[in-house]
Amino acid sequence: MEDLLRRAGPRALAAVVRRGAGFADAEDAVQEALLEAGTRWPADGEPDDPVAWLVTVAWRRFLDARRAHEARQRREERHERLVPPGPTEQDDDTLLLLSRCCHASLSAASAVALTLRAVAGLTTAQVARAYLVPEATMAQRISRAKRTLAGATFDRPGDVGAVLKVLYVMFSEGHSGEIDLALEAIRLTRQLAAATDDPEVDGLLALMLLTEARRGARWTDGGALVALADQDRSRWDTTLIAEGVALVQGALARDRLGEYQVQAAIAALHDDAAAPAETDWPQVLEWYDELLRLTPSPVVALNRAVAVGEVDGPRAGLAVLDGLDPALPRLDAVAAYLTERAGDLADAARRYARAAATATSVPERDHLLRQAARLNAAARRDSTGAPTGVRDEGRHT
Amino acid sequence: MAKYLLLKHYRGGPEQRPSAQEPMESWTPQEVSDHIAFMQRVADDLAERGEFVDAQALAPTGTFVRYDGEGRPPVTDGPFAETKDVIAGWMIIDVDSVERAHEAAAHLSSAPGAGGKPLEEWIEVRPFLTELPTEVQ
Repeated sequence: MEDLLRRAGPRALAAVVRRGAGFADAEDAVQEALLEAGTRWPADGEPDDPVAWLVTVAWRRFLDARRAHEARQRREERHERLVPPGPTEQDDDTLLLLSRCCHASLSAASAVALTLRAVAGLTTAQVARAYLVPEATMAQRISRAKRTLAGATFDRPGDVGAVLKVLYVMFSEGHSGEIDLALEAIRLTRQLAAATDDPEVDGLLALMLLTEARRGARWTDGGALVALADQDRSRWDTTLIAEGVALVQGALARDRLGEYQVQAAIAALHDDAAAPAETDWPQVLEWYDELLRLTPSPVVALNRAVAVGEVDGPRAGLAVLDGLDPALPRLDAVAAYLTERAGDLADAARRYARAAATATSVPERDHLLRQAARLNAAARRDSTGAPTGVRDEGRHT
Repeated sequence: MAKYLLLKHYRGGPEQRPSAQEPMESWTPQEVSDHIAFMQRVADDLAERGEFVDAQALAPTGTFVRYDGEGRPPVTDGPFAETKDVIAGWMIIDVDSVERAHEAAAHLSSAPGAGGKPLEEWIEVRPFLTELPTEVQ
């Protein structure tokens, strides 16, 4: 029943909000309805339509609360009571609630927290644990987000682009902690894809699935990071890949190109190769050119340099890097990889070490340190006249 | 969001401000109280913003300890600068950007000292390494 309540709660919230309750009031009302369900349903049995039941009870609670607080509005309430109960589920409810939680006035982190709370139905404690902060901190962050939204009207879905950005941030937060944020993001994006007709939503869902498909091969048993080219491809999830490829193909066929569709197309080309050597790098490069046109960001330019290195050789890739800001995160890692491919092992080792010093995560730092150590060991063997064999495992991640 | 450790330095940093050189025991009791109240307010403000993770003050005493081989007593107190000489305490915050982390650190550094003037102690801001986020090619 807990699972049922978790799924029904956010939908009831969306319905109550759509009927015109303020966000915070609606959440309080739905919380009370959920509590009542928790005591009533085990005794009376689950209702045929749990969402409708929750909406009815929550709406009553909402009106009770409003009457208690603002007696002078009684006349308006009578009018509102006359509002015929609509269908509890409308196609745009998901988008409606999501666009409220992902409002442009919120920072991405606040939007993710609010979405997890209000749409995914997680408790504040669960959201806090996912972010490794005290529960009181997360409670403040969420109520601050709600305060920011107070007063904003909310009767029709807002900007899908803002929602997608937040879902993408949520997905990128990864898998650490009790709540798997990547899986939550996939679940919510699925809901959104089912409720909307927008190829970019499908594009984002495809990107998530095609990335998630590689998850099982991304780590050694000891927990070390495995670069894409070194991954055991038999451990990739072919079901997810098939679904992701079909989704991105369907989205692209609708001829409304967007950045998530392009990123998904690139991911699909990687997932499609049975071996690293079979990767269709010329096509990957074409998609990166497209992505650079759509979102001309330094990070995209950096990733594109890797593709240039594969298509036109490492020196061409390095030449692309020369035109980028040296302070760009991960630039040293990409430069180290291309430098090794170009044959300058000592310089590559130096660049890997420098990349490790600026890495932002522990597994990434350890991976880069191992690369530097491997090249330094090879250089030592070289100088003592021992046979060298540079293994091609310095792939970027 | 990203977490940052703010290390409050007694001494050290590129260039000491005069206001940070006078030891706390030579302040007036009111100045000490004002300083402490300010630090508490900073923590409260950060908590209210949903950015506070943890904070602790550290005693100014401590010992360097190192394993020094089987059967030998551990080595204590080396010749190098120790954190007890430099670190007064720390705070962990979880904020949206490095700019916001620097802003919070600067606010911390503005705590009043002798004469109620900003102490301008150095605050070292160190980002936490994280788990790797989900890989996106």
